[in-house]
Amino acid sequence: MSEKKVSKKLANVTDAPTPNSVLREIMSGDPVRILLSILLGFFIGAIFMVVFNSQVVKAWADFGTDPNYALSTVWWTVQDGYGALFSGAIFNLNASDFLTGLHPLTETLRFAAPLIMAGLGVSLTFRVGLFNIGATGQIMVGLAGATFVSTRLHMPMVIHMLVAVLAAVACAMVWGMIVGILKARTGAHEVIVTIMLNYVATSLFTFFLRQPGLLLEASGGGTPKSDQPDGTARLGTLFGSGYNLHYGIIICVLAVFAYWWLMERSTFGYRFRMVGHNSSAARAAGIKVENTFIWALAISAGFVGLAAANQGLSIDGGLTTSVEAGIGFDAITVALLGGSRAGGVVMAGLLFGAFKAGSATMQVAGVSPEVLDVVKALIVLFIAAPPIIRALYRLPNPRPPVLESLQQAKAAKVIK
Amino acid sequence: MSKIEVTPGMFSQVEVKPSIKTPLVMLGIALVVFFGFGLFGKSGDVHFVWSDKGEIIQLPDFTTNSMMFCQLIGAILLVIGLIAVVLNRREISTPIWLTAIYGLAAVMALLGWLATGASQGVQMVFILSNTLLLAIPLIFGGMAGIMSERVGVVNIAIEGQLLTGAFASAVVGSITGNLYLGLVAAMIAAGVLSIVLASLAIKYLVDQIIIGVLLNVLVVGITNFLYSAWLDNDLQHLDYPGTFPRIAIPFLSDIPVLGQVLFNNRITVYMMFLIVPALWFLLFKTKLGLRARSVGEHPLAADTVGINVARTRFWWVTIGGMIAGLGGAALTIGNVGPFGRDMSGGQGFIALAVVILGRWQPIYVMLSALLFGFTIILRVWANQVSPGIPVDLITMVPYLVTLIAVAGFAGKVRAPAASGQPYIKG
Repeated sequence: MSEKKVSKKLANVTDAPTPNSVLREIMSGDPVRILLSILLGFFIGAIFMVVFNSQVVKAWADFGTDPNYALSTVWWTVQDGYGALFSGAIFNLNASDFLTGLHPLTETLRFAAPLIMAGLGVSLTFRVGLFNIGATGQIMVGLAGATFVSTRLHMPMVIHMLVAVLAAVACAMVWGMIVGILKARTGAHEVIVTIMLNYVATSLFTFFLRQPGLLLEASGGGTPKSDQPDGTARLGTLFGSGYNLHYGIIICVLAVFAYWWLMERSTFGYRFRMVGHNSSAARAAGIKVENTFIWALAISAGFVGLAAANQGLSIDGGLTTSVEAGIGFDAITVALLGGSRAGGVVMAGLLFGAFKAGSATMQVAGVSPEVLDVVKALIVLFIAAPPIIRALYRLPNPRPPVLESLQQAKAAKVIK
Repeated sequence: MSKIEVTPGMFSQVEVKPSIKTPLVMLGIALVVFFGFGLFGKSGDVHFVWSDKGEIIQLPDFTTNSMMFCQLIGAILLVIGLIAVVLNRREISTPIWLTAIYGLAAVMALLGWLATGASQGVQMVFILSNTLLLAIPLIFGGMAGIMSERVGVVNIAIEGQLLTGAFASAVVGSITGNLYLGLVAAMIAAGVLSIVLASLAIKYLVDQIIIGVLLNVLVVGITNFLYSAWLDNDLQHLDYPGTFPRIAIPFLSDIPVLGQVLFNNRITVYMMFLIVPALWFLLFKTKLGLRARSVGEHPLAADTVGINVARTRFWWVTIGGMIAGLGGAALTIGNVGPFGRDMSGGQGFIALAVVILGRWQPIYVMLSALLFGFTIILRVWANQVSPGIPVDLITMVPYLVTLIAVAGFAGKVRAPAASGQPYIKG
C-alpha cells in the first residue's frame, strides 16, 4: 500500500473501528430484502415438501401418462402444507364461529412471547457489538430461580407470581454478568464463554432438580423433575379455559416497551449503542467500555430471564429441562431477523411463534413440520448474508460500508 | 479473540513466563486427593480389573485398600506439585511428561475412590476404550476447528458438519450397502457445507460466527426434515447401515490393556491415529503449514509475501470440514450404526471447546478431546459403581476447565491473531 493512500485513509480514521460493521449492516436491512428473503425461504421450503412427498414422486413417475395430475399434486402438496400452517397459526377456517376460529392466533401469540423476550435479550448484545449465544443457559438458570420460588415459597396471589418472575430475571442476570465480567476482566471471547456456560447451566439445573432440598418433586422419583408451580405463582390464562394464552404475553408487551425505551430513549442505551458502533471512540469519549459490556450482558440476560419465567410459570405439571424448548437458540435467529430493534424482534418472534403453533396442524395434515425449521434457517441466512439475496434477485449492490470501514481498519493497522 | 495483541512475526506459541497458577492448582488437587479421597475417604477395598476375559495375556486383578491407595497417590501428587512449584520459581514450566504422570495418577485415585466397595471394580478396558470411542467425533471436529481457525476463520459450524457427515454416511451406507462409500459421502457432504461457510465468510465477508450458527440451525432443520419425511418411511433400507467391523491388529492387540483399547478398533479410529499426527506435521513441519499459520496470524504480511490469503483460507476450511464429516461418520457407521435425529447433540460445540483447551495444536487437542470423552464415560460408569454420586457435577467439569482456560487462569491461551477477522485485499 502506498504511503499516500494510507495517509489519505488515515485522515478518516482516528482509531481502528470495531469489526461490528457486519452486524450493523444486518440491522439496517431494508424491508424489501427482508420480504424477498422470507418469500425465498418459503419457496425453498415448498421444494423440500414436494420432493420428499411419496405421492408426488409417484405421480411424476407417470408424468408421461398424466402430466396434469403430476403438476396438480405439486400444487396440492404445497397448499396442504402451508394451508395447515395457516389454519394452525392464524385462523381456523373450519371453526364453528369467528372467536373459536381465532384460537390458532392466540396460540401463535403464546409461542411468540418467550421467543420475543429472549430475542430482545440477544438483540441487546448485538447492539453493543457482542454476541450472546448464552440464552439457553440463562433460561436454565432463570428456570431454576422461578421454580424454586414457585414451588418452595408460599405467598399470596399476584405477589407470588411477581416474586417468581423477579427471581428468574435476577438469576439470569447473575449468569449473564459472569459472561460480562469474564469478557471485561480477562478478554475471554463471549461466544466461547456463553457456549460453555450453557452446558454448565444445564447440568446445574439438572443437579438442582435432583436435590430434594431444592427443586425435586415431593414424590421424588429418580428423574430430575420439579413439582407443579403453586397456583398462586402461575401465569393465569387470559381468555378463560378455552384458550391457552396466559399473562406471559402481557409481560412480553411490557418487555418490548422497556427494550425500546432503554435502547432508543435512555442514556444507558445511548452508551450501549455508542460502544456497539465504535468502542474505541466510545472509550475516547469517556465511556467505560468494560463496564458497559458487563451491564449489557446482565440486562440482556434479564430479558432472557423473562422468557424463562414465561416457560416455568405457565406449564401444567412438573418442570424438566425440556421446558427450555430450544428458545435459547431460536432467540438468536429472532434477533437476527428482527434486526435487533424492538419492532423487528416482535415481527420475527410472531413469525417463528406462528411456525411453532402451526407445527401440530401440519403434522396432522401429513406434512413434516420440520420443514419449517429449514424455512426459518433459510430466511435468516438470506438476511444475514445480503450478498446471496442480492445475487439471486439481481438487486443493485450498494456501496458496502463494511468494506470501507474494514479497509480503514487495515490501513490504520499498517501504520501502527 | 479480539483482545489479542498482534506482534508481526510472532507465529509460535511462545509463553512469556510460566504462571504460578498451574502449580498451585496441582497442589490443591493433590491435597483434595490426599485428604478427601485418602485420609477421610471411604474405607473398603477397590479392585482394578486390567484384562477382559478372552484376552491372550491376562493380567491379575489388583485389589487394595481404598484409603491407603488414595493416600499414596495423594502423596505422589503432592511431590509432583511441589516439584512444579520449585521449577516455577526458577521460571521453568512444568515438563509435559510430568503433567501427564500427574494427570494419570489423579485419575487413578478418582477411579479408585469411586469404585470403593463396588463388586465389578475398576474395569480399565471398558473405561479406556469408551473414552477413546466417545472422543473420536470430538477429535475429528477439533481437527476441523484447528484447520479453519489456524487460517483465521472461526468455525462455529462444526456441529452442522458433524451432523451432515453422520446423516450422509448412514444414508449412503444403507442405500449402497457399502460403508466405505458412506465414509466418502460424509466427507463430500460436510465438505459442501464447509464450502458454503468458506465462501460466505471469505468472499462475501458475512460475520463468521453468525454464518456458523445459522448453518447449524439449517443442518438440524434439513436432517430432521429428511429423517421424518423420507427415512422414517423405510428405516430398514434407508437408515440401517450397520457398522464397520472391528479390525484387531495382529500382535499389537494382544498387549495387555492398551492393545484392546487402541488396536482393536474400527477404521474410523485408525484414521484418527493417522490424521492427528499428519495434521501436526503439516502445520508445524512443512512450508504449507507455515504459510497457513501466517495467514491466520497476520494475513496482510502473508499477502505481502505472495501467499493467496483467500485461497488458502478456502481450502483449509473446506478440507477441515471434510475431516469433521469423518467425525460424523464415526458417530454412525463408526459406532452405533443408524442415524438419529440431532444425534451430534452439541458435540460440535464441545469440539470448539476442545480446540481452545488444546491450544490449537493437534496433539493437545486430541488429548483434551480424550478428557471430554473420559468425563462422558465416567458419568455413566460412576453412576453404576457408586450410585448417588452427583453425575451432573461430573458432566460440568470439562466445561468449567475450558472456561478457566479461556479466562487465562491456567497459563496463557492465545488464539491465532487473525481468527474471526475477514481479510480484504487492499
